[in-house]
Amino acid sequence: MSGKQCFVSVKLISPKYMFITKYIKEVFGAVKSLAIGMKRTIYYFTHHKEIITQEYPDNRDTLVLPERFKGEVVMPHNENNEHRCTGCQACELACPNGTIKVIFKNELTPEGKKKKAIDKLVYHLELCTMCNLCVEACPSDAIKMAQTFEHSVYDRNQLTKILNKPGSKIMEGVE
Amino acid sequence: MWSFRHIANEIHAWLSANFNPTLTLIIEMVLAGVAVIGLFAALGLVLVLMERRVAAWIQIRLGPNRVGPKGLLQSLADTLKLIVKEGLTPDGADKLMFNVAPFIAMIVAMLLMAPIAFAKDFQLWDLNIGVLFVSAVSSLMVISILMAGWSSNNKYSLLGAMRSGAQIVSYELSAGLSILTIVVFTGSLQVSDIIHAQADGWWIFKGHLPVWIAFVIFIIAVTAETNRAPFDLAEAESELTAGFHTEYSGMKFALFFLAEYINVFIVCAIGATLFLGGWMPFHIGNWEGFNRVMDYIPSSIWFFGKTFFLIFVIMWFRWTFPRLRIDQLLNLEWKYLLPISMINLLVATAMAILGWHF
Repeated sequence: MSGKQCFVSVKLISPKYMFITKYIKEVFGAVKSLAIGMKRTIYYFTHHKEIITQEYPDNRDTLVLPERFKGEVVMPHNENNEHRCTGCQACELACPNGTIKVIFKNELTPEGKKKKAIDKLVYHLELCTMCNLCVEACPSDAIKMAQTFEHSVYDRNQLTKILNKPGSKIMEGVE
Repeated sequence: MWSFRHIANEIHAWLSANFNPTLTLIIEMVLAGVAVIGLFAALGLVLVLMERRVAAWIQIRLGPNRVGPKGLLQSLADTLKLIVKEGLTPDGADKLMFNVAPFIAMIVAMLLMAPIAFAKDFQLWDLNIGVLFVSAVSSLMVISILMAGWSSNNKYSLLGAMRSGAQIVSYELSAGLSILTIVVFTGSLQVSDIIHAQADGWWIFKGHLPVWIAFVIFIIAVTAETNRAPFDLAEAESELTAGFHTEYSGMKFALFFLAEYINVFIVCAIGATLFLGGWMPFHIGNWEGFNRVMDYIPSSIWFFGKTFFLIFVIMWFRWTFPRLRIDQLLNLEWKYLLPISMINLLVATAMAILGWHF
């Protein structure tokens, strides 16, 4: 279609004056594209039903957060107070801000061998940008992003969290 | 009959009966000034709220809904906040110019109110060069912006002011040329003449293609002249913090803010007067009954309805289009709008001479 139009205009107007057709086409194209944009926004204006924002403090109990919303890093534990963290430090290496620090201890296995395990997985919430790189780096799915977001505290120290619960150990079968 | 004209005549008669002519004139001028300031305050409150609501609805949000019923008192609360804030003058600023600039912006806006016909036979000053007066005075707006930008002693302010200068000076041309299209059809610069020429149909219906093109160009040009998005390079908050009013705070900032909205109202009022018939009701040919019904709607409602429709269109622009770069802005004016409006004026003149409009 456009090729045919172009052919016609070449026939009618000598190449020297082609810029005029280009100019007119540009004007009409601009008006058309602006009109498309305005049509979209007037559609939103007149269909005032779907609201993408939340009236947060009011609907705190019924708040629905999008799936991809990320609030903080947590380490899930099962009912026996066991986590999946092997202490491989992949998250610590992946973190661009030095948010995560893994502190080790030596555990004795039932056979009497020494085994390296995590003592504390320290997480600095105040440094975290919720980039999700640590969760992606983790080979054993030990950490994940939680959707909690009311993080305000009066003391900065409270933002430094220890992710593994006291007395927890590594789950059976996670290496 | 509770029309504006009736009230004005009553006041005039009462004043003439009780005072001598000079005092009557002075009192009437003061009353007009107070009325204009009152209108400014009301417009500021209404338009800020309207802008925020339109923005919210276009962006699928709710908008202000906390202060007062349905958030209607939001702009009142904002005004109160601005009034109690300190109006700071920076140390390095040119004190006199810095403090005078916001008032110049307001004075220009007040001067522009003079020739606008708000209702049937209700006008502050029906001077015989009304349209010329408007286009001449509206270009003074750039002085206050340049003053503010220059005296702030801030590079953002200066950049914003310089951009604004280039922008307003260039877009004045195409705004003027599209106003001229209507002047050519009417044969008069007087606002009341232009409105009366539209008694049998507004120019947007009578003037065919040239008037449509002139109307579109006028709307684009006045959007640029009032420094509103997509032409808000003078403020450009993402590049220049707040442009020419970066250093302003408190009530002095509020005056600039108010002046922007007043200017939007004024240019929309001018647009409504020139193209949409001002306070003229909507009439269709010889449908007597329909025309009679339309006449029952008060003229002030017609005027404000049309003006607010145009204001809505300009707000609609703001929340749809992205901001232009300075070179794109000047390209649009000098390579597109100006040549088109010149050819358009030529066609309109030929039509007016040959009598091809209704």
